[in-house]
Amino acid sequence: MSDHESRPIVALVDAARHFGPVRALDGVSLAVNPGDCIGLVGHNGAGKSTLVNLINGGFAPTSGTIGFGVGETALAAGVRSVFQELSLCPNLTVAENLRISHTSLSGLNWRRAARAEIRQSLDTIFPGHGIDADAEVDTLSIAQRQMVEIAIGFAPRGSMARLVILDEPTSSLDAGIADQLLTHVGRFCAGGGAVIFISHMLGEVFEVASRIVVLKDGKVVAEGEADDFTRKGLVDAMGHVAPEAGDVAVTAREFGPEILRTGQGLAARKGEIVGLSGLAGHGQAEALAQLYLSQSSAWRADRTARAAFVAGDRQRDGVLPLWSILRNISISVLRQCARGGLVERQAEAGIAENWRRRIGIRTYDVTNPILSLSGGNQQKALFARALASPAPVVIMDDPMRGVDVGTKQDVYAMIRDEAAKGRTFLWYSTETEEVCQCDRVFVFRNDEISAELSGADITEEKILQASFAMQEAS
Amino acid sequence: MTILAKPWLWSWLAAAAAFALILGLTGGRGAGELAYAALSFGAFAAIVGLGQMLVITLGPGNVDLSIPATMTLAATLALKAMGGEPGTAFAGLAIALGVGAAAGIANYALIFLLRLPPIIATLAASLVYQSLAIWSNRGLRIKPPEGLADFATGRFLGMPNVAWVGLALAIAVWVLLERAVAGRWLLATGQNLRAARLAGVPVELVRACTYVAVAMFAALTGYLLASFSGGAALNMGAEYLLMSIAVVVIGGSSIAGGNSNVPGVWGAALFMFLVVSMLNSYGAGAGARNVLTGAIIIAIVIAASTRRART
Repeated sequence: MSDHESRPIVALVDAARHFGPVRALDGVSLAVNPGDCIGLVGHNGAGKSTLVNLINGGFAPTSGTIGFGVGETALAAGVRSVFQELSLCPNLTVAENLRISHTSLSGLNWRRAARAEIRQSLDTIFPGHGIDADAEVDTLSIAQRQMVEIAIGFAPRGSMARLVILDEPTSSLDAGIADQLLTHVGRFCAGGGAVIFISHMLGEVFEVASRIVVLKDGKVVAEGEADDFTRKGLVDAMGHVAPEAGDVAVTAREFGPEILRTGQGLAARKGEIVGLSGLAGHGQAEALAQLYLSQSSAWRADRTARAAFVAGDRQRDGVLPLWSILRNISISVLRQCARGGLVERQAEAGIAENWRRRIGIRTYDVTNPILSLSGGNQQKALFARALASPAPVVIMDDPMRGVDVGTKQDVYAMIRDEAAKGRTFLWYSTETEEVCQCDRVFVFRNDEISAELSGADITEEKILQASFAMQEAS
Repeated sequence: MTILAKPWLWSWLAAAAAFALILGLTGGRGAGELAYAALSFGAFAAIVGLGQMLVITLGPGNVDLSIPATMTLAATLALKAMGGEPGTAFAGLAIALGVGAAAGIANYALIFLLRLPPIIATLAASLVYQSLAIWSNRGLRIKPPEGLADFATGRFLGMPNVAWVGLALAIAVWVLLERAVAGRWLLATGQNLRAARLAGVPVELVRACTYVAVAMFAALTGYLLASFSGGAALNMGAEYLLMSIAVVVIGGSSIAGGNSNVPGVWGAALFMFLVVSMLNSYGAGAGARNVLTGAIIIAIVIAASTRRART
């Protein structure tokens, strides 16, 4: 092993980053050595994304230092980032997106080289991925886009990836694809690379990480070998009291009459929590968007909406980026807090403040811009938007992407509570654990419903069976 | 800091600077007359600018290029119907607004039913409106009723009546955008149409109403301008195409949509008039005037975008 390979790839000494009065990162020291796989955990707004941006050069530190093993910059040191907010150009093809971060690809035939490189990378990480290197990114599902983004992160791109930072990489991947990724991460680290793995899915962190770092309020509160942590210890260190998920035995409940049924066969009764499952990108998100559009009008706004929607792809479907948190929350309830067509701002502020507290959006002032929030907290604001509205049906398109463990438990409880009061939920999730909390589950395959499960039939095994069943038959 | 961050401030500062430059040339004489003229002519630009601002707020690609033709058609038909008879002013106003509403509905129908980009749809429609105006006008120049002409050129409390109209409309639009549910819907639609739709905003209703509103603002401007200048002319709207867009941009509204700025439109309307009179008083010819006006607009857009990029 030569000298520079044993040196840390990146070392932070007391690095801090403040945004005005907000101490997003408050003095963190961390060294990443070749072969490390560091699991970085913490609740929403703990400073994970800020730490990533310091390491990859997106932000300069307010104080402290960042040193690299090779070269002066993150780029020269072989640091690559795969972001939680997908950052591909939707109007370019998969291969062209690789070219953006691979500046040495030039000459007349650069497209062929780019195609070969991205194909190779995809084949290595996600065997059997089925993604065409010439497909334009906006024709891909969100899961496929995430796979492309990850493949670009690991691709050699003229030099070599030494440290790949994965920020919520599995949030829109189903279990099978996520497993492929975890396997590749293991392989990559065994070969002398390093990975920083950020995830709210603690199971994955334990599976893949050799070392775990816990962030809380911009500081490292715990750090150690992965084997020294227990799941409970980790959750305690993150500082959120989370009830055990196991005690929510699905008790048989009484439901009201069936209140909606689509041509596809998707149905829901009053007060029911209906789950949509199956492999990512098999038509669940489209089915839900269609359902919402059919339940509302582009020409009329009823005083009480029939349905509310929680977006999973929050940049495309959810966030109104120029507005404050307050206005983002209140947009769906304006009719309830208006008199004579004018918004009653007291009532509006009351609703927003109430939901900020109930759902724990980490801000001291809801009039701050929505984009000042971390991704998971933006998602909470979108939840608040839907739950605050009096709509009897709430449609949720993989709404927990990037939301931390503690908040998830709170939101599960809120959903069960609202369902008991007679609200109906339709809930698509890429996480089987979430789907298993539903009263009835529809499994999708190839844009069709391949199974309807209820009660004790809702198990991970049966869902997986239905996701793949027809594939085996064909 | 907070006041400097208001984007409308810049158009008002620019207007004040242009005002000072002109007075510097004249040695301070005629300040009152200049301000009065700026308010009179600025009012027309401000009213069409308010309408254009609403459309631009709808988001990228939304713009109404039929404003000049709608102004001409509304003014022509209204003045023809009034025929200079006294006591017909309100009937004429109703006709002008009706023409505006019809033009707005037609514009939106082209956009919605034929899925044409708004630029193409409104430009094509404007050819039709202009032809209708030519056809119904046939070279006649009908004078407005006397009472109406007196109103359009008159003043109240020292300010031109047309400026009062422009001010009242500005306040109405401001209340709409800042306080009303409909205004929130408009701003949400302009930021992200799909997200707004999925949040329950009736986005097509919002778009339809906005296109009708801009055409009615243009029609009202045509009606007032024709009454102000003693009759409708076929080229009366020509300069308001660039003007309506320029005052929105200079006024600090975002071209990308979702963000609008009512006080800035008024400041920019005054500024645009004052720039032209400044160039006039420095003896610039028509060609030089156009080049300089264009250069000033470009400079302001660049300044505005770099300022935004820094924050």
